[in-house]
Amino acid sequence: MSEVKKIKKGLDIKLIGKAEKVLEKADRSETYAIKPTDFPGLTPKLKVKVDAEVKAGSPLFFDKYSPEINFASPVSGKVIAVNRGERRKILEVVVQADAEIQYEEFKKADPNGLSREEVKEELLKSGLWAYIRQRPYDVIANPQEMPKAIFVSAFDSAPLAADVDFLLEGEAEAFQAGIDALAKLTDGKVHLNINPNMNQAKMFSEVKNATVNKFAGVHPAGNVGVQIHHIDPINKGEVAWVVRPQEVVFIGRLFQKGIYDVSRKVALCGSEVKTPCYFETITGASVRNILKGKLKDDEKIRVISGNVLTGKHIPEDGFIGMYDSQITVIPEGDKHEFLGWALPGLNKFSMSKSFFSWLTPNKQYRLDANLHGEHRAYVVSGEYEKVLPMDVLPVHLIKSILVEDIDQMEQLGIYEVAPEDFALCEFVCTSKIDVQDIVRQGIDLMIKEMS
Amino acid sequence: MKALRKFLDKKKPLFEKGGKFAKLQSTFDAFETFLFVPDHTSKTGTHIKDAIDLKRTMSVVVLALIPSLLFGMYNIGYQHFLSIGETTGLMEMFVYGLIKVLPIVVVSYVVGLGIEFAFAQMRGHAVNEGFLVSGMLIPLVMPVEAPLWMVAVSTAFAVVIGKEVFGGTGMNIWNPALIARAFFFFAYPSKMSGDAVWISEKADSFSGATPLADAAALVDATPAQAESLMSGALSQTWDMFIGLIPGSIGETSTLAILIGAVILIATGIGSWRIMLSVFVGGYAMGAIFNLIGANPYMELIPAWQHLIMGGFAFGAVFMATDPVSATQTTRGKYIYGFLIGFLAVLIRVMNAGFPEAMMLAILFMNTFAPLIDHYVVQGNVKRRLKRVKVKA
Repeated sequence: MSEVKKIKKGLDIKLIGKAEKVLEKADRSETYAIKPTDFPGLTPKLKVKVDAEVKAGSPLFFDKYSPEINFASPVSGKVIAVNRGERRKILEVVVQADAEIQYEEFKKADPNGLSREEVKEELLKSGLWAYIRQRPYDVIANPQEMPKAIFVSAFDSAPLAADVDFLLEGEAEAFQAGIDALAKLTDGKVHLNINPNMNQAKMFSEVKNATVNKFAGVHPAGNVGVQIHHIDPINKGEVAWVVRPQEVVFIGRLFQKGIYDVSRKVALCGSEVKTPCYFETITGASVRNILKGKLKDDEKIRVISGNVLTGKHIPEDGFIGMYDSQITVIPEGDKHEFLGWALPGLNKFSMSKSFFSWLTPNKQYRLDANLHGEHRAYVVSGEYEKVLPMDVLPVHLIKSILVEDIDQMEQLGIYEVAPEDFALCEFVCTSKIDVQDIVRQGIDLMIKEMS
Repeated sequence: MKALRKFLDKKKPLFEKGGKFAKLQSTFDAFETFLFVPDHTSKTGTHIKDAIDLKRTMSVVVLALIPSLLFGMYNIGYQHFLSIGETTGLMEMFVYGLIKVLPIVVVSYVVGLGIEFAFAQMRGHAVNEGFLVSGMLIPLVMPVEAPLWMVAVSTAFAVVIGKEVFGGTGMNIWNPALIARAFFFFAYPSKMSGDAVWISEKADSFSGATPLADAAALVDATPAQAESLMSGALSQTWDMFIGLIPGSIGETSTLAILIGAVILIATGIGSWRIMLSVFVGGYAMGAIFNLIGANPYMELIPAWQHLIMGGFAFGAVFMATDPVSATQTTRGKYIYGFLIGFLAVLIRVMNAGFPEAMMLAILFMNTFAPLIDHYVVQGNVKRRLKRVKVKA
């Protein structure tokens, strides 16, 4: 067994409202949606029209530039809407679910007995390919490429993150089958990165066909990008693929049962939830029934699909994102605060010790979405470095993106980073700069220039 | 506070585009955001943000400067009454200093902020908080006898040429407060050198030489002169540390400066790396001079004494650490700080024309900060390239 790599640079943001490890029943959601906006850089082409009948696993749309990548309906039922935004950009393809789910049938087989091509074909056909993402660029993996390795982070260190052991309870066999399938896709290793303090399940420690690496420490220790950087950093021209643990299970189910079964547990958490806990649902579900009666309603709230650092703001009847296993609800905080910058700030969380909240290091906070200040030019230096556990110079990389200097971006490590790795930089930024957006712009520019 | 909020909301349209006072939009905005943290919420990226903003950062720095300011006021009174040979109470000394210093502080803020507001309005952006600190730093590095109009001109020069021509706070390449002092130093040298300017209304018979001036005089002193100099102000090391010596308003007390340093380091706002390496650099150069011992200055002033004389400590803690004009990389900060300390002591000892070399050393290293960063960045790039080669 390998040694534990302790991540020291970073920040654990302690929020109120961590989900109890209890699985509650919510009314079944009636509508489900797949949102092309969950996949950066994707140009979707619709395969179905409104009113079409679909099964779970039927493709709803595909990638215009890689037509073999399908995006499947999570449930069976009727397509009831294609919601579009500006310039007819597709935002959501909504399916009204049948009472009982009908599944498309795919081949049932032990992945160990299949070839790489067969595994790939099954994944592409079923729509599960969309769950395999790649570094560099943090986009859906290109099926034409051979990754040097595949990485699975078996823990999530983000604020209020769901407990992966709990999410995967009872799924050990499907998880192993999924790992077996992934092992077919690379000629390198499958790396399963665990945190010994968080992952006690045997499916991780006794996994076959994968190398176990151990990480510990503060967020972003659970970010797969950070783990890759410490295990086998990505150089120019190299590709690694990443899959999240629940999605490994989806892949396993495909081969075990021959169906596209993307049901999952999600954590409902955050300070505005009455009793934070877990729910059984299906990817893409409308959160309306899950949230019904569960929220404190004393203030304007913000519902986030995902965590508070990287998640997406969704309406109260919006849909869970494709890759998300938590729904976080926090106060909106669109209020003026009298002399807020000058107060002692016992309830304010800051990495710096300029607020007296540093006297209570274990306190949990109820943080809202207020910016706590205004956008400014860069003034303070050395902040980002404290929360980015990579040998990357964050501010210099960001500045090279802002001036669109491709060479410099490449030299400073654009291939190694994803927006989520910079989420903490954005959080701590005194000048309130939208770091994740800038990184994504840089990546988009690289994709454009390199293709 | 609801009434105040309502009042602001009511008046706000007047200051917006097309309003009666649209020309004062930036000014209104500055006061509004000073009173109330805006209701802006995150639109993209992280949904929660650290509570810190530039207002908080800058006010912590101002807070860290307060001990130096208060001690400076007291010391002005102390030096004055010492020079005229009177003994008075602590309060009288402080009040005397307060009356002397307050106008300089007011002039610095009024002139500097006035220009900042005007530029913000012209460019159509918000007023940056940077000058809150510069406006406090400028008075603290001025001699107490500085005529107010000279302070005003220096401040205006610093804000316009030192900062706004580059695009405002965050874009400047030199420390604005030091630009003000450098301008003052070279434009009105008679008001920033000699023995008369450091003590307010000094009696003519009183020497009033700063320890730094005494030390500079050591360079070509005969052994007898050296002995008399060494037994004068230079022997009072405790006075130097506590700050009961003539000098610029806020720079004399190493003790008060250290209190500020503790505040800056504890809150994580000032860079301890820069502070530490400035002191190390200064000590290293002092120690080298001690070894060479070519003249009485090199021989007789112990290395550590450089660190408490003149503006060394003040520069190390408050000037060199300005994040905009300093190096930005972690490794660069050590190099930058070390060279500041090293050069400051070097210039001090080798060039009697500039006994107060800290200002020049920092400005010089400000100029080279991007170069140092460049090499640190190239180091990072090389490590990345090497990784590929090792694999290949």
